[in-house]
Formats: sequence, structure tokens, C-alpha cells
Amino acid sequence: MDGKQKEHYTQRQDTSAVRHRKTCKTNEGAECLSQPSSETSNGANKRIPKRAGHLSSPSRDDHVPVYTLVLVLVLSVCTRFYKITEPPHVCWDETHFGKMGSYYINRTFFFDVHPPLGKMLIGLAGYLTGYDGTFPFIKPGDKYEHHNYWGMRAFCAALGSCLPPFAFLIVLELSHSKPAALIAASLLIFDTGCITLSQYILLDPILMFFIMGSVLCMVRFNTQRLRPFSFSWWFWLLLTGVCLSGSLGVKFVGLFVILLVGINTAFDLWRLLGDLSLSLLDFGKHLLARVFGLIMLPLFLYTTIFAVHFIVLNRSGPGDGFFSSAFQSRLIGNNLHNASMPEYLAYGSVITVKNLRIAGGYLHSHWHLYPEGVGAHQQQVSSPSFTLNRQFDNNLTGPPELVRQGDIIRLEHKETTRNLHSHFHEAPLTKKHLQVTGYGINGSGDVNDLWQVEVCGGKKGDPVKVLRSKVRFLHRSTSCVLCSSGKTLPKWGWEQVEVTCSPYVKETPNTQWNIEDHINPKLPNISLSVLKPTFLEVLWESHIVMIRGNSGLKPKDNEMNSKPWHWPINYQGLRFSGVNETEYRVYLLGNPVIWWLNLLSLALFVLMLTVASLAKQRGVKMEGMRKVHCHTLMEGGGMLLLGWLLHYLPFYIMGRILYYHHYFPAMLFSSMLTGITLDIFLQNLHLLFSSSISHHLMRGGQFILLLGFIYSFYLFHPLSYGMRGPLAQDPASSMAGLRWMESWEF
Amino acid sequence: LWFCVKLPISVRVEINLLLMAVTGLALVTRLYGIHFPRAVVFDEVYYGQFLSLYMKQVFFIDESGPPFGHMVLALGAYLGGFDGNFVWNRIGAEYTSNVPVWSLRVIPAFAGSFCIPLAYLLVVELGYSHFSALGACMLLLMENSLIVQSRFMLLESVLIFFLLLAVLSYLHFHKARNSSFRWFWLMICGVSCACGIGVKYMGMFTYFLLLGLTAVHTWQLIGDRTLSHVIVVQVLVRFLALVVLPVIMYIGFFYVHLTLLYRSGPHDQMMSSAFQASLEGGLARITQGQPLDVALGSQVTLRTVSSKPVPCWLHSHKVNYPIRYENGRGSSHQQQVTCYPFKDVNNWWIIKDPGRHTLVVSSPPRPVRHGDIIQLLHGMTSRYLNTHDVAAPMSPHSQEVSGYIDFNVSMPAQNLWRVDIVNRESDREIWKTILSEVRLVHVNTSAVLKLSGASLPEWGFKQLEVVGDKIYKGYQQSGMWNVEEHRYGRIKQWSFYFRTTFRMIYTKMSSSQSEHKYSSSPLEWITMDTNIAYWLHPSSNAQIQLIGNIVNWTIANLALVVYCLMFLTYLLRRRRKVEDIPQDSWEQLVLAGVICVGGWAVNYLPFFLMEKTLFLYHYLPALTFKILQIPIVVEHLYIHVLKSPAQRKAFGVVILAVLCSVYVSYHNLSPLTYGQPALSSDELAALRWRESWDILLRKR
Repeated sequence: MDGKQKEHYTQRQDTSAVRHRKTCKTNEGAECLSQPSSETSNGANKRIPKRAGHLSSPSRDDHVPVYTLVLVLVLSVCTRFYKITEPPHVCWDETHFGKMGSYYINRTFFFDVHPPLGKMLIGLAGYLTGYDGTFPFIKPGDKYEHHNYWGMRAFCAALGSCLPPFAFLIVLELSHSKPAALIAASLLIFDTGCITLSQYILLDPILMFFIMGSVLCMVRFNTQRLRPFSFSWWFWLLLTGVCLSGSLGVKFVGLFVILLVGINTAFDLWRLLGDLSLSLLDFGKHLLARVFGLIMLPLFLYTTIFAVHFIVLNRSGPGDGFFSSAFQSRLIGNNLHNASMPEYLAYGSVITVKNLRIAGGYLHSHWHLYPEGVGAHQQQVSSPSFTLNRQFDNNLTGPPELVRQGDIIRLEHKETTRNLHSHFHEAPLTKKHLQVTGYGINGSGDVNDLWQVEVCGGKKGDPVKVLRSKVRFLHRSTSCVLCSSGKTLPKWGWEQVEVTCSPYVKETPNTQWNIEDHINPKLPNISLSVLKPTFLEVLWESHIVMIRGNSGLKPKDNEMNSKPWHWPINYQGLRFSGVNETEYRVYLLGNPVIWWLNLLSLALFVLMLTVASLAKQRGVKMEGMRKVHCHTLMEGGGMLLLGWLLHYLPFYIMGRILYYHHYFPAMLFSSMLTGITLDIFLQNLHLLFSSSISHHLMRGGQFILLLGFIYSFYLFHPLSYGMRGPLAQDPASSMAGLRWMESWEF
Repeated sequence: LWFCVKLPISVRVEINLLLMAVTGLALVTRLYGIHFPRAVVFDEVYYGQFLSLYMKQVFFIDESGPPFGHMVLALGAYLGGFDGNFVWNRIGAEYTSNVPVWSLRVIPAFAGSFCIPLAYLLVVELGYSHFSALGACMLLLMENSLIVQSRFMLLESVLIFFLLLAVLSYLHFHKARNSSFRWFWLMICGVSCACGIGVKYMGMFTYFLLLGLTAVHTWQLIGDRTLSHVIVVQVLVRFLALVVLPVIMYIGFFYVHLTLLYRSGPHDQMMSSAFQASLEGGLARITQGQPLDVALGSQVTLRTVSSKPVPCWLHSHKVNYPIRYENGRGSSHQQQVTCYPFKDVNNWWIIKDPGRHTLVVSSPPRPVRHGDIIQLLHGMTSRYLNTHDVAAPMSPHSQEVSGYIDFNVSMPAQNLWRVDIVNRESDREIWKTILSEVRLVHVNTSAVLKLSGASLPEWGFKQLEVVGDKIYKGYQQSGMWNVEEHRYGRIKQWSFYFRTTFRMIYTKMSSSQSEHKYSSSPLEWITMDTNIAYWLHPSSNAQIQLIGNIVNWTIANLALVVYCLMFLTYLLRRRRKVEDIPQDSWEQLVLAGVICVGGWAVNYLPFFLMEKTLFLYHYLPALTFKILQIPIVVEHLYIHVLKSPAQRKAFGVVILAVLCSVYVSYHNLSPLTYGQPALSSDELAALRWRESWDILLRKR
């Protein structure tokens, strides 16, 4: 639907709302009035509850101001959808998420460090709008040409434009003040950063949508306190659960909002427990309802997401090597799918060996030597996560004789013809273990090349089954056992996983290996059906792989790394597209006026909170509005502050590489907090000034704020909607004079 | 005046004989034969080198912690008359006769011993009986790991001593509402917090716990509406004693450190040139008597302000860049310009006026000012410092910096540089030796001369790469240079304490993780799956191992679980207005929990977030708090949970049995704790109660 038509549509709904308002004045005004709000909510705004008025607390006379809400919605849709198809080439991380969307359409298995929901939705949106999954998304800057990319962008923008209305509703619910809600919403509407981030095929708008959705549902649920177990109570509870699973399903950052909801629920339960009019049985019911709605349901949905992920992606693709042999056998096209190879291991076979640790690597060697100072200067052996060059030759020629438990063997690396070797030198990282190297040439080595085969749970003389036997390799002369320590070698080891020989001979998955590929022309191939892993095993394995992948995203040397303290001060943005003067440039950077105001109001909030709680602790009498304000500050403001802290502080202790856009969920909370803080501050100006001017000051302040947002948005809008021509240093540029910080790169 | 004194003058002394007895026992267990072994034991090798530097008053920085701990150790060495002449190079090396082993080890041993009476007082102060206090002392007395750690020149026992003292004095302050000594105790608390942090940064955790506790108590005080204006004073005094005083003391440690160590030493280069110039010997000797103002014609060495990755000087040598690099990119093949972390004759540059040909300082000297254009001539090879639009070898986004050689290939010299004094006060400021931080901006390309941080491969002798950075922005230390070898400039001391501290914390953070044979992960500490071999006799099986008393560790874990369960049950039931225990015992239990469980948690959990190499001994402060928890839980169970006399009697027997097994375990492990007598291999093998313990066996 194009913008004009929609505007018309919403306007018509508005007039109907007016009519309603006139007809029902007194009885259940809230219900009558807010009903149209659900009808105005079009596709983009589907999370706005149906029959919202009915659900809001009947004891208070707060109705959702429909006009304002619609205005907010229209503005946010306009700002987000304006120039949505520009630039017509791949921007920044679209190259990842667009590609992964395509994988869903092509049903190719891949691996990503984030859970699948976001990419699944992107894929779905692309599929529905006629994108066929053929665009390769190789690197940023590639032209889309005839491919239908706009659907995926529009989907993200649609979710992104829900954020200001959500903020509006949340703040309204927390403060019962329309100006506060309006300030919060306009902060988000006119923030260039939020706009830019919502306009591209990224996970962030989806994530932020679910985060805000969870908070909104939680806040709504809190207002249902007085009517436990009613329909609306259940509705908001379950919807909170759904949103939580959604946010966790998009990125692990969703854990923070789960924590927020968890803390809120714990406080709620604590209050209920202290309510002696409630019997323990009732309390048990409350507890169970929350366990069901906020733990079981999200968990179920979350696993469902993964189930869909694994069912949809059934073809072999680039992500196979990250997973175990059993997992790979599920994928069509993988060479383990309906594999056909000799069943028992024999001398002379060419094999690959994979570690049984969850998401373990293959035994691997290459021409590079261990650097000097790291044990002996011999060839490196490591278990990488890639399946290159991994053939080990079981080197005793002759007629095929089966390898049995207890046999002494030598393993020769096929490519480099070195033997797997260990000796009394400490391993490079795990100093308690011994080093494993490749030694000798063409099969000639020394006694340190001898390994004893042991099948776990087998007897002496049992043959070794390919794929199904868990095998351990005991080193003869040092009696240690071949082990993958799970630590990543530094650069000289190509960041592959360390292989050691462990003197602790306990049976752990780290020391167990299985034979994956097996080639022996002298033995007959038979088709093997590998034990299919259960769904839960697959789920667990994929999480281990994801977590390992996430912590593996370490900042590289010499690379400009964004630090968490950069973010709230808007120190440096991200280049979405274009660097040079001739290119179409989009730069992700928050509207500095808004961001610095947020920062300022955080300080103001802390100050006001301190004053308020000191006054309360000292028992200063407060009446009327002031008491309400005090309450709003502590409850509503406190919750938002907690949300901000939870979405911001953990980044300080994260070891992985960080980017500027990680701050945006926290920024949403900060903006809502600003709404509440500034509103209460303006309303209490009469504490500082005489009451006659303070009213004017309040109105003036609100007006100036709004004007300031709009004007700064006007100044900085080229950041989001693209700029061409000279860079900002040049007076001819559209951004001339706006580079207020040296570190901004536009 | 005489009338004021009441006669007869009498002193009443109350002596808690129990306390005396445990102190005596503690001294016996900790001090018994501490001069054995007469060899370097484990981390003594690390602390020892600083000790020697202290004795010789040579400047150093220890990256692992603040200097107070070293000072405490150095005090022992000073009293014992140690001259600092010993080579601390390997664990197990025999001490020479000039090393007063006993007095080196006696201070940590005393600190470790006095932890026992402190624990006694702490339990009593928490409101529990003298029996419990005695029990806590017994458990701590027979804790092998604490004994081992106290008996050598190590810092943990000193740290634990200060932590316990801080907690005890705070509790005393809090309990004694009307005593006049109250504020004295608060002062003691602040001082011992500062000392704790001064010994090891780990002390910070307990300090924060105490701050939190104080905040809660103060908040309750604010709520007390019977007090009016006194409150402001009360809050202010707490703030002064617990925040301002420790900060001042902490800075004081550095002041003392820097005052004591006035000689130049091995760590000089980590500090700024200005600081080095203030040390005796070293740089000061060279720079004395040279002009302060840098003039046209001056001969200078240029040092980076940044010390990342290492401090170094702008350097050039008679080797050219290779025509092609390994990756196929080409270079200008002009002379290499690098940054070299050692003093060298090739670090000398001459500042030249582009308009004149003379290379000597005119008379009167014409000083270089901010904004002046200069050329830099390499002293040994007479090449001009030059940069041009050729990609640098390791950082292709930046420009190559070279000593210009004219190969006649239409690549003109671009060797004009503008002097940009960053820390200037006026726009015509003169470039001063050591004091000025200067940015050298290339005139043609406005690139900034900068240390890229990468090191060159073999062809560049692994020296550090210097580049011209075109997109240089903001304040980057890697782009700042100062003239070092010139005259001594007077420096303000204050900024250096902060700089030292900052640098210390910084280097600590950036030190990379490496594994040690005995390093362990925090998870292994709870069940003591790990140990550390401290010393092994050169010929026999006699050895010292850091192994805790396994019975202690087990019951401490048990007590922790019981406490948490009990606390949760009471909490939930009280919320339902079911009061199982009286209000004051509840408050007592909560306070004990905050101190003991809280003390354990703050000293333990942060290690999960740390990336440095961790050892079992990092757990000992947490362990001390955890052991204090045991008698508290036991007493609570005995009084409030067990009702019938029969149960109590049975419980008493169990306690006795446990105490006996603690003793048995202590006794069995004591050969590994005291290092004597030497055990046979079979006996040692029998002591290996856990498979993961690494007890050293000498092969026959």
C-alpha cells in the first residue's frame, strides 16, 4: 500500500474514533475509545493489541490517545519507508543476512553465530515478495539489479516503524502522561540511527521489535494485577512469553530482556508472596502460570524455531564442517548422507578422524612447523574446523587386514607423509599435556610414532567400525592419550584448535575420536546408515557451535575496535555504504542532539531519583501529583534504567568484537527514560521557579524539545537517506559544518 | 593538673586466654621452621627480584599489583639486613649466605598467624559464641593451604590479614554505637582497606563489599528520623574514612614507592622521558646540561609517547625497503625508517631549516616553534625523512616513510614536515625537550608520522613500522613524539602517580593469557581438583605442595549449601509472616551471610571473568571467608534447628568426629605442607587422594 492511500485510510478511522468518543462519555469510556486503535493498526502495527481498552486496568481512567498514536505511527512509517529502495546495492551486513535469507529459500544448510528466527523471517519476507534466492550477496556494494530485494527491506522497516508506537505505549503506561510518551516516541522517530538501522536487511530491527514488544507486554501485564487469571491477564502473559522467545530467537542479546522480565516477575511474585490474603495455593497458581507463560512457552517456541530451521535446511552447504559426523549424515548432498564405505577399518586405509567433543574438529596437519620456542620445532598438528587436507594414511600395506582393538599402529599424514608423533615436550597452550607433532618422512620415524588403538567399550580383538566406534589413541612410549584441548592456537597455528597428548587417561569426549571418511579400494563398500542424532542432541550441538563461534569473533590486531564507552556519547558511527566522494554514502550515526540529550537526562534522572528517594527515606510529606511523580520515577523510571543497564553494561565484559549498533537496544530504553525524566522535570519546574512562569516554562520546554528534534533531524537526515558529493570537510557538502566530532566519518 | 588524675592509677587488663592460646598455636604452626627450605620457593622467585630492586633502590614497576605488598616484604628484608645481591632466576635455587631467609619470610608468617585471632574476634563480633569462634580458629589453624601460603615470601597471607582486619573493624564500628573509640575503628577499617588493595588489586573486591554494606547501613541511618542534622556529619565522616582516606593512602603508597626508588633501572623505558629524566643515573646522566629549547640544527632522538607495543625511538639504517614484498606489492626501495626499542647511534636526527644549508645551531639559537616547517636529517646516513604516496609495508592504508634516495625515477623528495606541538599553551610555543609532545605533519600530503604498531618481517630486522597516516584523527599517542636526549626538565610529581598507576592497570589488562603448568580454572578450586608444587628437594622426595585440607574444603562447601537453603527457607517463610527464629537471630544470620558468603562470592566469582593466568592461591581469601561460615552454620543448627537434647548430643558427636578428621587430614598432608620429613614414593602415591593432583615422584 502506498503512503497516501494508507494515510487516507487511517484518517477515516480517526473520524470514526471521534464519533465514538462523542457517543460514549461516561460508562466504560476506555473500552469504547480505544477500540478503533486496534483497527487503525495496519499490517505494520500488528502487535498493538486488539481490544486494548478492554484490557487496560478499569480502575484508572487512562485511555490510549488515538490521534497521537496514529500520528506517531504515520510519522514513523514515513521516516522508515522513505527511500527504502535506496541504495540499490548491498549495504554492510546485508551481505550476511541477505545471503542467509537466500539459504532458507534454497534450503541450504549454513552456520551462523545467531539463532535462526531473524534470518528465517527475512527469508520468508523475501519469499513472499517474490525474491527467488538467486542473488549471491557476495560483498557490500554489489548491485541488486533485477532482484527483488525491497520486500526484505520493507519487512525490516515495517518492524522498525513499530518501535516509536511501542515506546509511546510503554511510556504512557508507565507514566500516564501523554507529553512524556510523546517525547519518548519523537526521540525514536527523529533519530537518524534508528531510521538507518531499520531500513536495511539486518537482524537489529527484528530484534528491537521483539525486545520492545516484550517490554510492552510486560508493562501491560503488570497493569492487569488486579484482575488475575482473567482473559486479558493470560493474553498479556502469553504474549510476553511469545515476544521473549522471539527476541532470543533472533540474537542472544535477547537474553538481556529475558533477564529484565525475569527480575520484574521475581519482584511481582515477591509482592504476591507477601500478600497474606492470598493463600499458598493461589500463590502456587500464580507461580505456575508464570513458569508456564514465561519459561515453558518461550522454551517451547524457541525449540520450535530450531526444529523449523533444521527441517527447512536439509541440503548440504557451507556450514556442514562445524557439526559432527552424525549430524552431517542428515544433509542431502553431504558425502555422509547415505554413505557408502568399507565398514571396518583395515591397514592401508585412508581415513579422516574427527574429535567426538561436541562440535569438535578433524585431525589435521599441514606443512607449517611449530614456531621456535614452542616445544620441538616439528610439524604442527591441530584440529581445525575446516575439512581441508585431512587425510591420514594408515600405513601398512599388504592384503587388507582389519585393525583391531589393542593393535599398535602408525598414522601417516597423506599429504606430507609425516607420522603422528608425540614426545616429552609440553604442548603449546595446555602446558600440562604433551605436544603432538608430525615427524619422520615416508613412513620412517621412531618409536614415538606408535599409537595403540582402543575402542571404547570394546574387548581386545574387536574390529574398529567406521563412524560408529569411539576410538582412542594411546601413545606407546609416554602412555598419554591423543586429545583435542579445545583451545585455539594463535596466528602461527592458523587459529586452529590445539591437539595434545593428555597424560590423564580418563575417558572424555575430548580424547575420543571417530573415523569419518574411509577409503580402502581393497574392501567392499557397503552403505552405512549412521545413527541419526535426536533433535535435542542436534539442538545442543548447534548451541555449543554458536557459542564457540561467538566467542571466536575476537577483534583483530590493528583493527579499529569500537569500545562500549564510545556508544552513549555517539563517538563514532558505522559506514553502511560508500566511502568516497563519488559514492552514495549512508552512515549509521545517532542524531547527536537526541543522543546527547539522552545522556544528559540519564544524569538528570539519577539526580532526581536520588532526591526523591532521599525525601522518601526522610519521610518528607508528599501529596497529590508529587507523590504520583515520585512513584513514576521510582517504578517506571527504575525499570527503564534497569533495562538500559542490562542492555549496556554486559558489553563491557564481553570478549568478542563489538560494534556501534550493539548499543541500539539500550538506546531505546534510554530514550523512554528521557521521556519520563524530562516530563517530570518540566512538570516540577515550580519547585525552582514561581508558579506563574513555571507553567509557561513547561509548555515552552515541551515545544522547544519537539522543535529541536525536528530541526536536528532536518540537519542530519542525509546520514540516513544517503548523501553524495563532497565529504563534510568541504563547505560545498550538504553536511558542511555538521561534523561536530572529529571521529565522525562522513 | 595533678588533681585531674584519679588515684590510685590502675590498669585493668582482661586477657582472653583462649585467644592467647589460639594465637600461640597459630604462631607455632606458621612459624615452625620457616627457614627451611633454604631455597627459592615458587613465587619467591618473582617477588624476590623486586625485593632486590627495593634494597638497591632501583626503580621498577610490577605489572601484577601495587607496590605496598612489595614494601611489606622489603621491610622484612631491610630488618634482616639483606643487601639485595641474589640472582632470582629459578625456583629451587639455593639461597646464598647473605640472604636472611628467616626475616624475609617472617612478616607473611606473622600476618598469616594473626589471621587466626582476627577470625576469632570476627566470629564473636558477628554475635556468635566463643565456642564457634574457637571452632573457626581450629579449622583455620589446620588449613594446610593457608599454612603453606603463610610460610613463604608471598603476599596472600598479608592480604587476608588486611581483609579480615577491615571487616572486623567495620563490624566493631557498626556495633559499638556509643563508644568513643568508634571513629577510630572506622579509620582502621579505611586504612586496612587501602592496605589490602595496596597489597593486591584483589583487595578491591572486599573493599566494595564493605562499601556496599556501609551504604546500606547509612541508608538505614538516613531513615532514622530521630536524628536530624547529625546525619550529614555522620555520612560525611563515613565518606571521608572509607573513600577519601583509602584513596589518599593508595596514592601515598606510590609516593613512597617513587621516593624510595630513585635510581634508574630496567623498567625505565616503560615510563615517559620526563619521568626517566628524574631518576638518578639513566637518562638524567645523558640529558643533563643540554638546552631545553629545540633549535634549528639541534641533534635529537625522537621517542614515541605511546608505549604500545613497546616504547621506541625513530630510527633509520642503511638498508632499503625490498623492491617487492612477499605479497607482491612494490615499494619505493628507499631507505628504511623504523622505530627501534633500544638506544642506538642510528636514532639520532638533525633538525634542519629547509631554507638554509647549514646544519649547526646558529648563535643565538633559533628555536623551533609550533607551526614551523622543518626537515629531519638522519645523522648517520644523511638521508631526509620523507613520505610519499606509496603503501607502507605492513599497513597498506598508510603511506610509506623512508629516508629519501633519489633514484631518478621521477619520484621527488617530499621531506618537509610541520611541527605541531599538541600540549602547547600558546600558538607560538617553543618546542621543548622532553616536555613537548609533538606531531609531525607532512606538508605535501598532511599525513602524520605515526607508529603503526606492526613489526616488520626479517628484512626490517623485526623492528617496528613507522608510517604516514593520512586519516589520522583525534588524539592518538602513537602519533606523538618527544625529543628525549636533551636537558633535564623539572617535572611535576603528581601527574606521575596517576600515570604509573594507570599504566600499571593498563599493562595488567593487556597482558595476554598464557598457561602455566600449575595454572587452573576457578571451577577446579571449589573441589580442589588442582594443586601447585612449590618446591622439590633436589635429591629426595621431600616437597612442598599447595594442597588444602580436603575435609575443610568439603565441609565448607556443605556449610555454604546449608546456609543458602536455610536462608531461602527463612526468607520465604518470613514473607508469609511465619517467624521460625527471633528477629535478632535472623538479623545476625543475615549479617553473617553478607560477610562470609558475600566475602566468599566477591573474592571468587570475579575470577570467572578474568582472562589472566589463575592459580589455586587466588582462591585463598575466598576460602578464608568460606571457612568462617562453617561454625556459624553449625551454631545456628545447634541452637535453632535441633530441639531435642538427644539430637543435640548426636550433633555434638558429629562435630567432634569432623574436627578429628580435619586433624587427621591435616596431619597426613603436613609432610607436603612443611616439606619434611621426606616421604617414600609409596607414601606419596597414597597421598594422591585425587587423580588430578600432581604430586612429584622422583624416579629411581
